[in-house]
Amino acid sequence: MIESHLPATIALIFVLFSVLIPAFGIWRSELSQPLAVLGSGLAAAFSIIGFIQYLSDGALRYYFGGWEPPVGIEFVYDGLSGFFIMVINTVAFFVFIHSHHTAKQEFPGKEMPYYALGILMLLGFNGMVLTGDLFNLYVFLEIASLSGYALIAIGDRQAPYAAFRYLIIGTAGGTLYLLGVGYLYTVTGTLNIIDMSAMLPMLYESNAVFAALILMIVGIGVKAALFPMHGWLPDSYTYTSSSSAALIAPIGTKVAAYILFRIMLWLFGIELTDAMAPVTLFVGILAAIGILYGSVMAIAQNELKRMLAYSSVSQIGYIIMGLSLANPWGFAGALLHVLNHAVMKAALFMISGQLRLREGHSDISRFDDSYRKKYPWTMAAFTVAAISMIGLPPLAGFFSKWYLVLGTIDNSNWIFLAVILISSLLNAVYFFRILEKVYMMNPAKGQKSVSDGDRNEAPASMMIPTLILSGSLIVIGFANAVIVGILLGIAPF
Amino acid sequence: MNLEFVPLLAILVSLAAVLPIMLSDRKPNLREFWTILAALIKFGLVLTLLPGAIQGNSVELHLVDLAPGLPLALKADPLGVFFAVIASGLWIFTSFYSIGYVRGAGEHKQTRYFASFAVCLSATIGIAFSANLITFILFYEMLTVATYPLVIHNEKEEAINAGRKYLAFTLTAGLLLVSASALVYHYTGTLDFTPGGLFSGVEIPDTEMLIIFILFLAAVGVKAGIMPIHGWLPAAMAAPTPVSALLHAVAVVKSGVFAVLRVVGYVFGTDVMGSYGLNDILIVLAGATIILASLIAFNQDNLKRRLAYSTVGHLSYIVLGVALITPIGITGGIMHIAAHATMKITLFFCAGAIYVNLHRTEISQLDGIARVMPWTMGAFVIGSMGLAGIPPINGFFSKWNLALGALEGDMILPVIILVVSGLLNVGYLFPIIYRAYFKKGEGLEKYGEASPLMVVPIVITAALSILFGLFPNLFFNFYDLAVDISSSLFINQVP
Repeated sequence: MIESHLPATIALIFVLFSVLIPAFGIWRSELSQPLAVLGSGLAAAFSIIGFIQYLSDGALRYYFGGWEPPVGIEFVYDGLSGFFIMVINTVAFFVFIHSHHTAKQEFPGKEMPYYALGILMLLGFNGMVLTGDLFNLYVFLEIASLSGYALIAIGDRQAPYAAFRYLIIGTAGGTLYLLGVGYLYTVTGTLNIIDMSAMLPMLYESNAVFAALILMIVGIGVKAALFPMHGWLPDSYTYTSSSSAALIAPIGTKVAAYILFRIMLWLFGIELTDAMAPVTLFVGILAAIGILYGSVMAIAQNELKRMLAYSSVSQIGYIIMGLSLANPWGFAGALLHVLNHAVMKAALFMISGQLRLREGHSDISRFDDSYRKKYPWTMAAFTVAAISMIGLPPLAGFFSKWYLVLGTIDNSNWIFLAVILISSLLNAVYFFRILEKVYMMNPAKGQKSVSDGDRNEAPASMMIPTLILSGSLIVIGFANAVIVGILLGIAPF
Repeated sequence: MNLEFVPLLAILVSLAAVLPIMLSDRKPNLREFWTILAALIKFGLVLTLLPGAIQGNSVELHLVDLAPGLPLALKADPLGVFFAVIASGLWIFTSFYSIGYVRGAGEHKQTRYFASFAVCLSATIGIAFSANLITFILFYEMLTVATYPLVIHNEKEEAINAGRKYLAFTLTAGLLLVSASALVYHYTGTLDFTPGGLFSGVEIPDTEMLIIFILFLAAVGVKAGIMPIHGWLPAAMAAPTPVSALLHAVAVVKSGVFAVLRVVGYVFGTDVMGSYGLNDILIVLAGATIILASLIAFNQDNLKRRLAYSTVGHLSYIVLGVALITPIGITGGIMHIAAHATMKITLFFCAGAIYVNLHRTEISQLDGIARVMPWTMGAFVIGSMGLAGIPPINGFFSKWNLALGALEGDMILPVIILVVSGLLNVGYLFPIIYRAYFKKGEGLEKYGEASPLMVVPIVITAALSILFGLFPNLFFNFYDLAVDISSSLFINQVP
């Protein structure tokens, strides 16, 4: 009867592998990557099976040790959590396959800690998404954060500093969240989300509840890099190793976004969120500013990873803006963008890793059209991901914007509509800038011209995951009606 | 015969040609064979749809849902077939001409050139056969992206700047189109192109209707070259001449005016256009564009730029015809899509032949060239006469209908604009002919006529301009089609 234990199984896989990897890694360091791939692959498979089961059988509540909540702790495998862990684990699986060469080159001898920490972080992420208990969520948040700080510290010389900065800000964020949970606990006497959500409507005039909501949003906003609490993100993603960036960037902030979804739409519920409309609106405005700020800053960057980092600040804004719209189209657009952005950003960070592996840098000002000849497939994958980021049909990125646009129109929120449009143009600026260089700029004088014979494509273990991810952007684009149909079914409206 | 999949195949055939074209990188003759083959098959497929279209039938195909309730759907209705016949037919000539041009001019990266060209044609036919706005957006953006490598083809500073300008205009337009479509979807719950419009039975406040219309206008007006958002078109003349000929006189810009027709006739509907007074906006903009563009054309010494401004003006003839909202006016507008296509492609072909043969791009350098390039300049004369609206070229026929359409709607101003514009056309095109024929040229002794690969297409397109002028229903029943299409747009209106 493994099916009924599915939520716990997924978490236990990560627990198991976070022990197995150090154990085997000490003996044979090269075993750690296959183990990590195996672990995340198993988890991805289970999460996909679980999601399919959810579609046929509905949500699953798993009580640990048979203790029913509110006494015991439960994992809730519903549409939202199922969707998120499916995205997280699948992307992580591809990133782990891809990281083989970059890990060996960028931090030789530290592969074992990298993979062990990566699996541990995934344990935290999966736990945060699956748990039905607010305090339990904090515990998983800390597991994920601590391993995240360590992962970011693996990298350039500045990486430990960036990680330390993140640690300070991140811990403050976690503490604010915990404070919010404390407030809620004092007024409701429970930590279980479903239990608490039944009580909150009776307490919506309580200042404690209001303060708790603000504290939780701010605390989690730090983790989600919601403007203006994004300060830690650009440095962290830039200076950390390519492998860590590719692992954390696509999914790290998404999990924080998940918590915001859970808190605002499920725990407080749509009626209560309406009663606190100023809060929702405020979150939406922050997201809108973040979208524009991230895009403008991305244009100003000369380093690919740093540009992608600012782009992440902007893209997380789309997701949170969709959440703040609190209507079905906005919700579907935001969740579709969770999937799209995870795939796009993973592909783009993996491509920056491939360039660093071959060129030793990812400095945009040094790109020229020799890259097209040396790395034709990498650049093709980059082009697809970039066009999807800009949001041109039929690629996936277009459709999340389409639904977000529909959502803003349903709310008659013309400013947000304009923000989405302007940001798409800004995206076009910073991506076409690179495409123009890669496909057209002749190499600087003094460099030997490159002929087709000098092809120096990244190894297959990197190329294949990258191509699968970029290719899936086309598939998601054409299949988005099905996905959105499911997502609209998840929506709590 | 089951025609259901013909529109899809017609779109895909040139897309499928991209791979063989890229694989035959090192064998130019084989590579060009693929282009020609795709062009011929595409034209043949489009032609099989023509008999049905003449009878007023449409072929529909629903593929996957792109979004809940919004399918990727193709519909080869008479208007779509009309446009597809023109675009795919002229692609054949352009392909032959391109071969002569790129080899004659020794262009680099010819494989990229032919591959992008093939994608552009797929997108253009896709635009012609789109059954709803979301499918339309898909192909419209595809055309934007596929044209970009052609605009920046020579990779010089000027071309790269032109490419940036092009993207800035067209991507913005694409976003406005997305938001306009989203608004239409919000109000009507559908995006299917329907003769007579989508807004019947929907109450929308005046201001909101106006906003939606302006969004659409800005979105499709960019590719249709309506002033003041035409700026990318003269800049895009940095592209190789066959690109200017097919894309910037036929495929891309005609997609723009085609979109105007779709929006006016199939999204808003003729009665909504009239009752909300939206067509007045169009008439004013189109009229101003016609006159201003002609005036600016006088000032251009670069032949291609002068032709580009002439294109801007003539596109607005079509927009003007549509904006008249009278059956004959719209017929005239539709006819001018075909007429301007054959005439302007001829002129651009001539400009390209002159450039490849004599390496001359400025009008002031063209003294006496008719002596060495008699066929080319003969065709140029025909094209110029047509643009000025002199019978028996097809430009006269469409203009005559436009004027009749204006009178039908009791409007005098458009007639005056058309007459003045005709004179201005003479004013900026005939001095070129004068130079070529009556001035004495220098340094022309060692030159002859351009390569037959270029001259034959030039002569054919020029001949087509005359033939369609004399017999508007020749070969393809263009006139009957135009009349049918235009009358179908007035289906909702009580006479």
